[in-house]
Amino acid sequence: MSDVYVLGVDMIKFGRFPDRTVPDLGAEAALLALDDAGLTIDKMEAFYCGNLGQANAMVGQRILQEIGQTGIPVVNCSNACATGATAFREAWTSIKAGLYDVVLAVGVEQMGTGLLGGSGGGAGIPKEGLLGSGTMPAVFAEAGMEHSRQYGTTFEQFAKISVKNHHHSTMNPKARYQIETPLDEVMNAEMISYPNTKLMCSVNVDGAAAAVLVSEKKAKELGMGRSVRVKASILTSDPYQERDLVMPDVNSCTRKAAKEAYEMAGLGAEDIDLVELHDCFATAEMLHYENLGLCEDGEAGRLIDEGEVELGGRVPVNVSGGLLSKGHPLGATGIANIYEVCTHLRGEAGERQVEGAKIGLTHVIGLGSACGIHILEKA
Amino acid sequence: MSLPVVDYLKLPEGEDPYLEGHKCTKCNSIFLGERNVCSNCFSRESMEPIKLNNKGKLYSYSIVFRSFPGIDVPYISAIVDLEGGGTVKGNLINCDPDPDKIKFDMPVEVVFDDALGRKDSEGNSYISYFFKPIS
Repeated sequence: MSDVYVLGVDMIKFGRFPDRTVPDLGAEAALLALDDAGLTIDKMEAFYCGNLGQANAMVGQRILQEIGQTGIPVVNCSNACATGATAFREAWTSIKAGLYDVVLAVGVEQMGTGLLGGSGGGAGIPKEGLLGSGTMPAVFAEAGMEHSRQYGTTFEQFAKISVKNHHHSTMNPKARYQIETPLDEVMNAEMISYPNTKLMCSVNVDGAAAAVLVSEKKAKELGMGRSVRVKASILTSDPYQERDLVMPDVNSCTRKAAKEAYEMAGLGAEDIDLVELHDCFATAEMLHYENLGLCEDGEAGRLIDEGEVELGGRVPVNVSGGLLSKGHPLGATGIANIYEVCTHLRGEAGERQVEGAKIGLTHVIGLGSACGIHILEKA
Repeated sequence: MSLPVVDYLKLPEGEDPYLEGHKCTKCNSIFLGERNVCSNCFSRESMEPIKLNNKGKLYSYSIVFRSFPGIDVPYISAIVDLEGGGTVKGNLINCDPDPDKIKFDMPVEVVFDDALGRKDSEGNSYISYFFKPIS
């Protein structure tokens, strides 16, 4: 089977664009990625489009109506916060299967404001605040407190993750925010769901990211240049866990995906130079240090305390600013983090460049649950 | 007459309310709500209803300070492992919403009461369940 390469990849600067449309944002990212690849839309043989908010509204076709209706197959996909990674992986799969040589993947989202989630829809009365909370900050707080229960992880350690990611974003012009948030500011920000304060919750933003994936044959034909090899592409769902029904599990599906991704790539966690992982909340990032094997179980608190996951540290995590500060447009996130890793592997990340980066890993979680992991290597 | 807030809360006539689980007789997994197939061991026709215990221990929690409009805050969203199996989520009451006062594994009991005065569009009232620390 052919290796698959990312030939072009880009994202729009994340922000609030109430006057624009989902297809419009997706079209902008698609054109940026096509330009980066040096190709035009008529060269694309298939298009996988990820979007959550308008999952029933043919977003992919509406993007093509803005940039070129060539009649190619379009697949619209939706997989919670793993939507973008799923679209990218479907593109990868189609090339692996030998169906196509040049495929476009786009992830795009326009977000509302306020809390996501909420427990107990359906008949009867609202269950929120009656049977606990189904809001995302609370659900991920409970997952973080499970780590506290096991290892004594503190509010301050969770907060340090947010300090780090906000600091990283000051060097990323495409992040929503470029603002330092010192520890006391993070800890004293409005408490949303203990231990997650407002600055420890990801930012609701609009955004889009896109990638052009090609077969090895096509990459050689066009010149490897800035291409990035996809060493592993893995998607998992949540294996059975006894507390599943009341505590969505983001750990088992990540551990399973990480194990399979390292196997597919023939690599180990020690080979990874940078990681973009799913920091939808500061509490979540803590869990994934261990889930991805960046450290032993129980060592995550030490990792953040000792700066191992900062830019310049042993394995920098979320140098883009992460979902906490770059922003989290649900369907776009999974391709935006592939853009970030590719940018480092190409040596084009400017001030935030992870020096000498050769291999990077991206990770997203869609609650419910889906986990997408990609391992990328400089070609 | 009040209705149960969820289908796994049972209000038998003349008896105490209880939470119902569905247990797989093959692998002993316990689920909330009825199902035909066990998602752990995949066996069919192995599920049987069981009465869940009213005593348990706090497994994890969050203190919720921001919720949807109209929801009183703060409150403690708690995940409780019940004695004999089954995990349920609900509000932990009679406990200060203060991390220093909330201890992992603290013993709690399941109590049943009116659903905070909430009524559906037809004016029906509901019975819900809550967790209360056992001192």
